[in-house]
Amino acid sequence: MKILTANDLATGDVVWWAGDGWSRLLAQAVDTASEGDAIGKREEAARHVVSAYVVDAEMTADGPRPAHIKERIRGLGPTVRPDLTLKPEAGDLTAWVI
Amino acid sequence: MADFLSFRTDEASQEPVVTLESFGDQSNATAVRIEPSEDARALLPFLDRISLVEVSFPAYTDGRGYSAARILREAGYEGELRAVGDVLVDQIAYMRRCGFDSFKPNAPLDDADVEAAIARYPDVYQKTIDGRTPIWAKRHESA
Amino acid sequence: MYQYDNYDQAMVDARVAEFRDQVSRRLEGKLTEEQFRPLRLMNGLYLQLHAYMLRVAVPYGTLSGRQMRMLGHIARKYDRGYGHFTTRQNIQYNWIKLSDAPDILADLASVEMHAIQTSGNCIRNISSDQYAGVAADEVADPRPWAELMRQWSSFHPEFSYLPRKFKIAVIASPEDRAAMRLHDIGLELVKRDGVIGARVFVGGGMGRTPMVAPEVNPFVTEDEIIAYVEACLRVYNRYGRRDNKYKARIKILVHELGVEEYRRQVAEEFAHMKALGLNPPREELARIAAYFADPAYEGGLPDALDRSDPDFALWVDRNVATHKQPGYAIVNISLKPIGGIPGDASADQIELMADLAERYSMDELRVTHAQNIVLPYVRKAELYALWQELHAAGLGEPNLDLVTDIIACPGLDYCSLANARSIPVAQKIAQRFAGNGKDAHIGELKLKISGCINACGHHHAGHIGILGVDRKGTENYQLLLGGSGAEDCSLGTITGPGFDENGIVDAVEKATDLYLRERAEGERFLDTYRRLGMAPFKEAIYG
Repeated sequence: MKILTANDLATGDVVWWAGDGWSRLLAQAVDTASEGDAIGKREEAARHVVSAYVVDAEMTADGPRPAHIKERIRGLGPTVRPDLTLKPEAGDLTAWVI
Repeated sequence: MADFLSFRTDEASQEPVVTLESFGDQSNATAVRIEPSEDARALLPFLDRISLVEVSFPAYTDGRGYSAARILREAGYEGELRAVGDVLVDQIAYMRRCGFDSFKPNAPLDDADVEAAIARYPDVYQKTIDGRTPIWAKRHESA
Repeated sequence: MYQYDNYDQAMVDARVAEFRDQVSRRLEGKLTEEQFRPLRLMNGLYLQLHAYMLRVAVPYGTLSGRQMRMLGHIARKYDRGYGHFTTRQNIQYNWIKLSDAPDILADLASVEMHAIQTSGNCIRNISSDQYAGVAADEVADPRPWAELMRQWSSFHPEFSYLPRKFKIAVIASPEDRAAMRLHDIGLELVKRDGVIGARVFVGGGMGRTPMVAPEVNPFVTEDEIIAYVEACLRVYNRYGRRDNKYKARIKILVHELGVEEYRRQVAEEFAHMKALGLNPPREELARIAAYFADPAYEGGLPDALDRSDPDFALWVDRNVATHKQPGYAIVNISLKPIGGIPGDASADQIELMADLAERYSMDELRVTHAQNIVLPYVRKAELYALWQELHAAGLGEPNLDLVTDIIACPGLDYCSLANARSIPVAQKIAQRFAGNGKDAHIGELKLKISGCINACGHHHAGHIGILGVDRKGTENYQLLLGGSGAEDCSLGTITGPGFDENGIVDAVEKATDLYLRERAEGERFLDTYRRLGMAPFKEAIYG
């Protein structure tokens, strides 16, 4: 699948295209098929987000898993600060990232 | 909105502008355009007959034109020095400091924005050829 | 230390207003991201892997307690309770909102600080020796020249759109604690016949084409340094490559022209510039230098220490350096707790260090390029009390210059340019060597880790360097040996094929085990490597 990520223009938060808007949760990312670039451009022009780009991912039981480690870290947070990730209760998620 | 701005008191030059290459062959040309890769010092022998130098900024991130402008002013050039191309409001104050006194931007500029940008900084830290007294000199002006 | 006058304050305040205006124009849509990017970068605001990141300038690494406290306040109010001290003596915050950035700059301006030119293709923060003013071996305090250049480089109209970023370091000691020759311009102040001048080195740097800067001029008198540096920059601005960002640094220009030809062009430009009156007068340097005059040292203070607490004695031996003034010491606060994140400090720790600076160090701190903090003016009689407070706050790690005192860039945990994570590797190495006690046996070993070829972690200059790369989507780490950023400056050499995260830790241990077996009396790891060459190390690592 192809998912679309960006940063919120004003806050900088990492966001994922969830079909009808942006979500901070990677689990809510939807397959944008061939539309990702167009959605990204439209959303940048509307000044909702900045630096939108499409990445490959595969659907797993836990939701979309980006193909590259960089977006997996983007989707989670810094592996060295589990307390600051989006899933602080889950503890060390390094295994998921690698 | 303005697609041409001049800070000179005289009329903007309407002379046909020639490239640096053809300027060398045309002894009657008085207006010339230099590209970022061209050496502004090539014009120094001809400054007394030049009334307009256009310095091209194909991209605002290419800062060679700032050096070109200063070099011409440092050599005593007093004619019109025009920044042309990707000229944006946020670079205009620096361009003024380097000696540009007219602007022909690709996209029109908001006059109020330009005025605000130029007035933004009360002082300057460096001496250039724009005649402004740098802070270090003001600090030691005798009372 | 330097204090702003009304001129300096007005300039920084104007910058805050300007950036506030630019941010609102961006949010209103009057600026595209493409137009806005260089403007935000010139205020140190990056878009990173997780959020905006703000890099705040700490000019030549010097801070007052009040300024340090503000850095803690910013970490608490606008970020997630911590900051990261960088290899350029700055601090950066990882979780900044664009909409907060103007307020942060305003807070910084209230304590005479800014983020001006901490990114972008312009002249960056001037770096210097963290022991400036207190080192016994210096010719002069280099900071007045650094401050003179900070002002000269701020809002420089000609050099704000250079081919690439531009880093300048100024030192004044034969011992180089600032990696001076790995800067675009390195200035070493020297004295000749009683006159101060600068040896000028141009074209050093790390990144994908590391180079040690050659000397371009053996002596530029102090009155002409600004004009000479301006000439160096003009030649670069005009002729530095702009066709390929990977070849755009001045080191490539100097290399391609040859140092002779570059020197000739600079000399020609300098001859022209000398006539323009660009140099501030001597009174201005004197005005600035007055702020860096020695503080009121007390005479007759004791040098003796009570070393009966062995933990304290160890910390003194490792982290305390000799001060030029009897009765005083230079204290290094390690931001490298075993298993911690190199260079990170919590808001609480930052505020505590501010407090300790006020109480024990004449209200002054320094940030080092090795991502540690220095308290430069501590009475020896108060070292024990200071150490107890540091120790209680997790700031008493006694590991300066040991293998556990690792420089590491933020790596892929934070940085959008990185190819691999740096911090976990640093953590594992520190834990391995602290756990088996080899760190103490090895002694001085500068280990530096970068998560990509841009080399923010100075891996080329590490006695042992580690470079993270992306090998088909997995993290891979290359090992380098033999680099140094000090006065014996050299670039490391890659040992061979890379390793995974655990493999690189093993490889470092194999290299250091060889050193422990082979070292001659008094040799550091680097010395043994230089004596033996790569072959036996390669054999030990891969054999």
